[in-house]
Amino acid sequence: MSVRIENKGDVVTAYLEGELDHHNAKAIREDVDAALDRHSPGLLVLDFREITFMDSSGIGLVMGRYKKLQGTGAQIHITGTSPPIYKVMQIAGLSKLANIDKGGKTLEKTAE
Amino acid sequence: MKKLLNEFKLRMLSRSSNESFARVAAASFIAQLDPTIEELSDIKTAVSEAVTNCIVHAYKEELGTIYIWTRIFEGGTVEIKVRDYGCGIENIAKAMEPLYTTLGGERAGLGFAVMQSFMDKLTVTSAPSKGTCVTMSKKLSLRMGDNAKQG
Ligand SMILES: Nc1ncnc2c1ncn2[C@@H]1O[C@H](COP(=O)(O)OP(=O)(O)OP(=O)(O)O)[C@@H](O)[C@H]1O
Ligand SMILES: [Mg+2]
Repeated sequence: MSVRIENKGDVVTAYLEGELDHHNAKAIREDVDAALDRHSPGLLVLDFREITFMDSSGIGLVMGRYKKLQGTGAQIHITGTSPPIYKVMQIAGLSKLANIDKGGKTLEKTAE
Repeated sequence: MKKLLNEFKLRMLSRSSNESFARVAAASFIAQLDPTIEELSDIKTAVSEAVTNCIVHAYKEELGTIYIWTRIFEGGTVEIKVRDYGCGIENIAKAMEPLYTTLGGERAGLGFAVMQSFMDKLTVTSAPSKGTCVTMSKKLSLRMGDNAKQG
């Protein structure tokens, strides 16, 4: 499990990798939060392309970042969600908190 | 109840590294039924939710034992019981409400909602300080016939 973080202008992109469960969520959260604290971006992109499994711990991760960014005006974009991951996100109604791209599309356009 | 075709029992410590072990074990056992990728992923996610709850809630302050009992019945029904002897749940109906969580912070309160929607049936029995038993079942589509019968 690992996260690669990229910061371009106003955008922080976190490329998440591996299985997003409770066991792995803490390390991801700490890396993403460190980047948010350092860069105070206007947009956080969470790239799920390399996530092979996700349960409600992943929902908690997104909701937690949403709460953290609340009041700063920053948005969250979620991209690269495979069908099983999209299915979990739908239960949570995450599309109310973040922009979700279905499938492997990247958000380079937004990120520029 | 329908005829039992196969079963496995698993006992493990409530270490978070076992979350992935438990869901992979359940998935490999169920592979004998030739499930669809979606069925397999649904079951893995539901098991992950139930086991994580034992680790983060039931045995919050301690290391305890989690018991998983998986059975396959004739016709392709899979039943999974996840049991702990941890803190138990005071109000089960409330605990099962979407977005209800006693942990806040990084928990969404959606574990039961995920189990409910990914499995056909979910039953929770629990008593404070006695522990909790989550029973979930799902009927698989059995695309290739009743494979487990032959095994
Ligand atoms: N095995 C258990 N032992 C004791 N309490 C439990 C157990 N499972 C669930 N609970 C209680 O039920 C509540 C709801 O559980 P649920 O899985 O739906 O949400 P959560 O675990 O709080 O958050 P999430 O699963 O989204 O990370 C928990 O907050 C906890 O209080
Ligand atoms: Mg839970």
